[in-house]
Amino acid sequence: MIPADQDELKNAGMYRDFILDHYKNPRNSGTIENALHKHDSNPLCGDELDVYLKIEDGTIVDIKFQGHGCAISQASMSMLTDHIKGKTVEDVINMEKKEMLDMLGIELSVSRVKCALLGFLTIKKGLVEQHGNT
Amino acid sequence: MNVDKIRADFPILQRKVKGKPLVYFDNAATSQKPKQVIDAMHDYYLNYNANVHRGVHQLSEEASQAYEQAHEKVGKLINAELEETVFTRGTTDSINMVAAGLANTVEAGDEIVVTGMEHHSNLVPWQQVAKMKNAVLKVIPLTDDGRIEERAIADTVTGKTKIVAATHMSNSLGTINNVQLMSKIAHENDALTVIDGAQSVPHFPVDVKKLDVDFLAFSAHKMLGPTGIGGLYGKKKLLEELHPASFGGGMIREVTEQDASWADLPWKFEAGTPPIAAGIGFGAAADYLLNIGMQHIHDHERKLTIKALDVLNKDTIDVYGPAADHRGGVVTFNVKGVHAHDVSSLLDDEGIAVRGGHHCNMPLMKKLGIQGSVRASFYLYNTEEELDVLNNALGKVAKVFS
Ligand SMILES: Cc1ncc(COP(=O)(O)O)c(C=O)c1O
Repeated sequence: MIPADQDELKNAGMYRDFILDHYKNPRNSGTIENALHKHDSNPLCGDELDVYLKIEDGTIVDIKFQGHGCAISQASMSMLTDHIKGKTVEDVINMEKKEMLDMLGIELSVSRVKCALLGFLTIKKGLVEQHGNT
Repeated sequence: MNVDKIRADFPILQRKVKGKPLVYFDNAATSQKPKQVIDAMHDYYLNYNANVHRGVHQLSEEASQAYEQAHEKVGKLINAELEETVFTRGTTDSINMVAAGLANTVEAGDEIVVTGMEHHSNLVPWQQVAKMKNAVLKVIPLTDDGRIEERAIADTVTGKTKIVAATHMSNSLGTINNVQLMSKIAHENDALTVIDGAQSVPHFPVDVKKLDVDFLAFSAHKMLGPTGIGGLYGKKKLLEELHPASFGGGMIREVTEQDASWADLPWKFEAGTPPIAAGIGFGAAADYLLNIGMQHIHDHERKLTIKALDVLNKDTIDVYGPAADHRGGVVTFNVKGVHAHDVSSLLDDEGIAVRGGHHCNMPLMKKLGIQGSVRASFYLYNTEEELDVLNNALGKVAKVFS
């Protein structure tokens, strides 16, 4: 059992302004024609996500996403897509979960970590399927 | 009904969450447990732990008697006899048991009827039977406010219908269905009813004789009892005919090398060593509910539901399901533009436990055109003051997402 005060600290400000900003004004929202397309869903909440990656010479030159989801999952996607645009496929395949969670910079409960990682894992899965595990 | 006195029986209600007093509004998922139930289970382990129906020694006799009495107490709650009260692992297990047993009676072209508001556990087993037997699965449609009208039942159930599987009360809309009418229409068509009582038996008087249902499934953990155990009521004649789905010790009368005969009801359906402590806890839970009185519990929840609908009656909130007259203590809603999980997280910050998600009813969510929703569900220990806490917290949600 987590003591109440520690609990409180942990959840202070999950909904910080920058998270809400990414949620309300998502970067890279939309679709790309003729791109690598990956669909995924989170059975816990019924959230759905479509990601489109345009790859040239092993580099992600453009990325867009569409979906319904909670503020945490949508803000994560918004930040993540900005973060990996211009990176190589290999870099993204090798990216650790921690990097994603650090980028969000908020403390999340176990169940909400899943929301934060949905898009990240979808993208990695899509890239591994397409390009193999490097 | 003295709610303060009732609350004192539930130690967990003293707990703080995020520094705030716990407001437990997730009763449709599972209820909290009173000391009486926890103590009854403790008492078995501490004082008379033994297997049931086996030994003739003192401990085994005490355990067997307590376990059998638990069946009687649970039976009493729904006006069933001991022979008609089978202990299972819970609602899901009960329904699967009936589905497996009745599958033999279904032939190609027969119909199995469900409703548009079934929990996955009273839908998926029937999908499987229908597939296996090439039967037709038909769905009784809902009105826009999530009710089932008599005509919809009469139009869906036909002479080809073998089974009508319906929930007594919806866990996602709160709708209370007229299962007495469903049984009447089913019986006029020589069909049997399998009623999901997971949300009804815990919350209002359910009299299987009066309702004339054929089977009724329910879970202990939603009615103050432990997890891992539940009930299956079946009319005696039907249980006698129903083939058991699980075989082994405890459920047999006589076994030869090549054959076996079954024990008397209800034991015929309880193969293997049962969860004895849980069964005894289930009996204690039934006792507790009987002492308070199911009608009192229903009246209390009704008061809370009316107030909840009032609290949620805001421009920024969509509420699903019917008016208070047609529902039990479950209220499902969305704050416009805010995901159900974000609402749940922000309410959790205020110590309020609600459920956010699809409530194990994906087809219904699809019909409503939503991904999920927030559900507040009440029980005998909830108070009107807790709804004021909810009201304030919803104000905070609106502020964060404004
Ligand atoms: C209406 C309804 N049916 C069935 C179930 C399944 O109950 P259990 O998980 O205890 O088997 C639930 C609970 O989640 C329910 O609310």
